[in-house]
Amino acid sequence: MTEVVIAGIGQVPVGEHWDISMRSLAARAILAARKDANGLKPQALYVGNFLGPMVSHQSNLGTLLAQNAGLEGVEAFTIEAAGASGAGAFRMGYLAVSSGYVDTALVVGVEKYTDMIGPGLEHYIGMGMDYDYELMQGITTASQAALLMQRYLYESKAPREAFAEFSLSAHANGAHNPYAMYRKAIKLETYERAEIVSSPLNMFDIAPYADGAAAVILTRSELVRPSELEKMVRVTGSSVVIDRLSLHDRPDPLAFEAAGLSVEQACRQAGILPKDVDFFELSDAYSIFAVLSLEAAGFAKRGEAWKLAQSGAFRLKGELPISTMGGLKARGNPLAATGVYQVVEAVQQLRGQSGANQVAGARRALVQSLGGPASTAITHVLERCT
Amino acid sequence: MEIPRHWRIKSQRYGLVGEVCPHCEIKIFPPRDVCPNCGGEAKEEYIFSGRGEVYSFTSLYDGPAGFEETTPYTVALIKLEEGPVVTAQLTDLGDASVEIGMPVEMVTRRIRSDGDERGMLIYGYKFRPLGLGPR
Repeated sequence: MTEVVIAGIGQVPVGEHWDISMRSLAARAILAARKDANGLKPQALYVGNFLGPMVSHQSNLGTLLAQNAGLEGVEAFTIEAAGASGAGAFRMGYLAVSSGYVDTALVVGVEKYTDMIGPGLEHYIGMGMDYDYELMQGITTASQAALLMQRYLYESKAPREAFAEFSLSAHANGAHNPYAMYRKAIKLETYERAEIVSSPLNMFDIAPYADGAAAVILTRSELVRPSELEKMVRVTGSSVVIDRLSLHDRPDPLAFEAAGLSVEQACRQAGILPKDVDFFELSDAYSIFAVLSLEAAGFAKRGEAWKLAQSGAFRLKGELPISTMGGLKARGNPLAATGVYQVVEAVQQLRGQSGANQVAGARRALVQSLGGPASTAITHVLERCT
Repeated sequence: MEIPRHWRIKSQRYGLVGEVCPHCEIKIFPPRDVCPNCGGEAKEEYIFSGRGEVYSFTSLYDGPAGFEETTPYTVALIKLEEGPVVTAQLTDLGDASVEIGMPVEMVTRRIRSDGDERGMLIYGYKFRPLGLGPR
């Protein structure tokens, strides 16, 4: 099978960019990725975006963003899967290049969250749920996570404060990521004092929504000079698995079944076991998501990921570092852009460009993005070329 | 205004009308076009009793648009006695503290309002602790 490699990466700092439009955010990430790929010319642009039509009143982003970034003669369109949209666009780029229909594909994830303020925004983000039977009952994505957390506490008998470690660890890592929204470690008491948003979930269990754009360039290895191939990263596994959309339709909501299956499939394609990866960029949109994803992937027994976390297993020097550049929690969660940020950060690790956060000897990464509470799970295995 | 959209599912909202699969007899709520259990076409109406128990719950302090006036409120996953689970608000709680496993029953309440004076008032199912008297 054709070998797909990541030839370039680009990102903009995650944050509240009141002064930058969606098209400019995307262009900055695209230009950075093209520069990093030494000007490699893409034939396709796949856009991951979730809120554009609602919050920015803007559809047909493929055309708009291609034109604004000066990409002529490319095919372009949007891929949407709520919070997993960016990973969906990356998957699309992977399929296009591995099929041979496209030599070089550009993938951009972009979210312009701050084009609107107020409760309307929460409503739009909630559109990733079932509108008639979830959103119209007054539920938010945070309260959906809270329902999972409440049930988890009940079933696993975990102490409430066990979740703090995920937030603390993410913020400690975010402190050294120049692109992160929050670059400051937090103390346990900050977590414990945080305001309850949807019981038992507090402010520090929730990754902050933000603006952001990240881009990658995918191509086939035979189109790249061997000397350049050295710093590149191969995509060796790719999988999308969906679950029933609503928590209420799942026989066992804590199983995060799609997240587990997606890891299994991506690893099988790569010819590895999950334990063979050096780190795991997971979707910690909520601390409970990190816990359930780790358990679904088999990195911890059911009901026990919180115990492993207390031992430091998921810190940078632990057995399985997660959220190495701050995760969604500290880097920020620019929804549809998040999945591409995760890939960009994994590539930085595999190239040895992660500075103070470098995972020693990182050769293989597992990257997973979730839409909703693992309603959509998109997982990739990335490996260093040399 | 989204009148047709809400009108279309009034029997679900007011009466908890779901389906029973004619092939495998599983009870389904909300209605689906295809049975999630056996894959057969599911079109036969079934009226749920409205009794169930709390599977999980949370109190929200920050609601989405249309719910700002009623915060804080409690949302739960309710496991109906016939099997399916629904997402709904809990109501009439008084001083009762909510627990997983708490028995509840369906009542009809105002769910949200569209805000302005011409806006729609949307009614639908909520659940209250069992044993508060006639519904």
